[in-house]
Amino acid sequence: MQTFFSIGVDALAYGMILFVISIGLSVTMGLMRVINLAHGAFAMIGGYIASYAARDLGLGYGLAIVIAVLGTIIIAVPLERFLYRRIYGAPELTQVLMTIGITFCVIGLANYVFGPTLKTIPLPAGLQGPVDIGFRTIAAHKLFAIGCGVVVALGLWYLIERTSFGVKLRASVDNTAMAAALGVRTKIVYAASFALAVGLAAFGGVIGAELLPVEPYYALRYMVTFLVVVSVGGAGSIPGALIACLLLGAIDTTGRYLVPEYGEFFFYLAVIAIVWVFPRGLMGRAK
Amino acid sequence: MTALFEVDHLQKAFGGLNVTRDVSLALGKGDRVALIGPNGAGKTTFVNLVTGHLRPDFGQVLMGGEDISRFNPMRRVRAGLVRSFQVTRLFGEMTPEEHVALAILQRQGKSGRMAGSSQAMPDVMRETYEILETLNLTALGRVPVSEIAYGQQRLLEIALALALRPKVLLLDEPAAGVPHSDTFLIENALAQLPADLAVLMIEHDMDLVFRFAKRVIVLAAGEIIFDGLPVDATNDLRVREAYLGGYANGSAA
Amino acid sequence: MSAGVSVTAIPAQTRGWQRDLIGISVILIAALAGYFLFPNNLALLTRMIAIMLLVLSLDLVTGYCGVATLGHAALFGSGAYAAGIAAAHFGITEPITMIAIGAIGGALAGLISGVVILRGHGLAQLVLSIAIIHLFHEAANKASEYTGGSDGLSGISPDPILGVFEFDLWGRTAYVFGIVLLLLVFILLRILVRSPFGMLCRGIRQDPVRVSAMGASVKLTLIKMYAISGLVAGVGGAFNAVSTQVVGLDSLSFTNSAEALVMLVLGGVGSLYGALIGTIAFIWIEDLVSAANPFHWLTIVGALLIAVVLFAPKGLYGTAATFVERYRRGAK
Repeated sequence: MQTFFSIGVDALAYGMILFVISIGLSVTMGLMRVINLAHGAFAMIGGYIASYAARDLGLGYGLAIVIAVLGTIIIAVPLERFLYRRIYGAPELTQVLMTIGITFCVIGLANYVFGPTLKTIPLPAGLQGPVDIGFRTIAAHKLFAIGCGVVVALGLWYLIERTSFGVKLRASVDNTAMAAALGVRTKIVYAASFALAVGLAAFGGVIGAELLPVEPYYALRYMVTFLVVVSVGGAGSIPGALIACLLLGAIDTTGRYLVPEYGEFFFYLAVIAIVWVFPRGLMGRAK
Repeated sequence: MTALFEVDHLQKAFGGLNVTRDVSLALGKGDRVALIGPNGAGKTTFVNLVTGHLRPDFGQVLMGGEDISRFNPMRRVRAGLVRSFQVTRLFGEMTPEEHVALAILQRQGKSGRMAGSSQAMPDVMRETYEILETLNLTALGRVPVSEIAYGQQRLLEIALALALRPKVLLLDEPAAGVPHSDTFLIENALAQLPADLAVLMIEHDMDLVFRFAKRVIVLAAGEIIFDGLPVDATNDLRVREAYLGGYANGSAA
Repeated sequence: MSAGVSVTAIPAQTRGWQRDLIGISVILIAALAGYFLFPNNLALLTRMIAIMLLVLSLDLVTGYCGVATLGHAALFGSGAYAAGIAAAHFGITEPITMIAIGAIGGALAGLISGVVILRGHGLAQLVLSIAIIHLFHEAANKASEYTGGSDGLSGISPDPILGVFEFDLWGRTAYVFGIVLLLLVFILLRILVRSPFGMLCRGIRQDPVRVSAMGASVKLTLIKMYAISGLVAGVGGAFNAVSTQVVGLDSLSFTNSAEALVMLVLGGVGSLYGALIGTIAFIWIEDLVSAANPFHWLTIVGALLIAVVLFAPKGLYGTAATFVERYRRGAK
């Protein structure tokens, strides 16, 4: 029972962090139809910036998060302008090559600047230690991660369903040419969504650093995990991504607890099984 | 006697919308039939049902009495039911010669051969150029398809269909996208189709329809409202109402 | 009319074979040049040959059939482990037999990968390909009894080739053996890509719907090509096991898969020459850079990729071929 409960909490926390990182990828893939393998690299950049701000500059956790998110967006915007824009609508192979090239560059540079070791982001006192929730105790940072996931999901839902930006975004996802004809400046929508996606990735990279440790190969290690969320959830679908994240979180965490000696074997087996059964995604639109 | 090709009480609905309602028709050897109808009449759905890209809710598609309703598109082609596409689907980097040779090899069951080359098979080459000659494409035999004019690409579509030696040929708007001045090229090509081949042509160009077809079927709102001689179609009240309007009145006057 | 056809057909064909003869001669000359110019670097050149086989194999599915995959090392690594395990655990140390076992191992892995990867399209296909390579990697790691796990599989000591040519310390035998294998594979692949089957595959890359409207099975054709591709990659992997006498887990890695794709794109997708040139260029640059500054290797690969996508999407060979073509047309 104790094991079952810890698996449950860990799975939920892990799933929520996956969600925060991947949801931006899902939105941009739905919008720009770019297979962005470099998405994890932005989460990693966020982690590094936060670690630098909190550990080396001694800033507070909250401030470190803000700096990480803004810093990552500042790094990403020129990339969108000069590299990504060139591959919108390009063949799949071109997109894969360009974005994996960006990933490799980021990994190489991170390795050079920060070295190959793990980087920690010191948690504030309030997030250290356990929290008593009546019948059990939970590590506070996991509770925080779960909370962040819920807030991000609700915030995104509000943004997309209730604001004028959301209307433009949905219109552009449905039919870019038509949206442009109706006066939506799709380039701006693209850039704004890209910045939002990258910002969320950085945010997820920071709050998830306890579970997905920040190191240079982060971007490669979790590449398939983030992609599979979009593939299983269906590009552009928030509920789809949420379900996919919770499912993958549960599978991965259970595997780690019950059969650690098999490493990620069962995780990848499950990925293949899920994609096999739902080649168009759980909530993907038939295309 | 069983018909060469038969569609039997075909039905299909999307959501609550009946797009194909109880459609039945039959084709015999050498038939030249045109299927016409206003936009939204369900012609595209009908083509997809017949070629196997959609599953009907009810009804059958038969070839020589054999039910092929459960066949996937590929098996229907092998059974002798071949289609052309409304928008040209060709291999841009390949030449007309390669296109036709590939279709012939596929028909002969040799497309899986991993050695040799079509150019070294005299019988394949001879047939390829016979077909290209029929369609006046010989001069373009070695030019990549992406570099030839659209009208000629349409002819190549017909060439491919011919190379497969179908029993029934479904031509989905063969003149679509071709400048009016070049329609005669398509028409000449259609005139050269083998006499015993059954052809069902879906077309918008009424001049072409009336010159080509010996029989016209009119589809409106998912059901067949007319099946008979072209001359009678122009005089049929329901057809006039549904679709032909101006043209019928004009020719009657 | 038919007489006219045969007249135009025959010269075109001989021209094709002449080009192949030139290509084979160029490979032979390059091989001899490598042997005499870099006698101390034969190990590097031998590794190049093994990787060339992997990249040729990838070209079959990516270049000729249009399947984007980031998991192709699964085929190469399976070949390497099949040959290595046969030698280290079952005492099958006859090199040509080892290559054959590797080829079969690769073909089986190709079959499995093909069936799995072709289930999806677009993103799903890519995810499946990445999952496959990780799955193979984890499986090899877990089965350490046979594979040696993360320590690698050692204890592979192949017999002399044909009982005569012993594998020497300088790697001369391995190099010559590799060149012979490469030429053999290259000639067979030239035949394959020009065959009706090769034409069908090129058709699938350009428009699968048209191919199925011709009555051909797209999926079956692609799976066949995957098995052949596995055969080729398996030969490469087995040759790597024979020549280095070890098999490491890195042969089954995502990085290995991605690098193979980079090499192919660098050289030019969809041409066998491009695969060869890309491999040489990549490994040569890798050797230079990692000698100078190993830290920056991945950065350079990334930058190289971005540069190729932006400035030379047809790769080195493709760009050169376009220039030559343009020059010829201009001269006419």
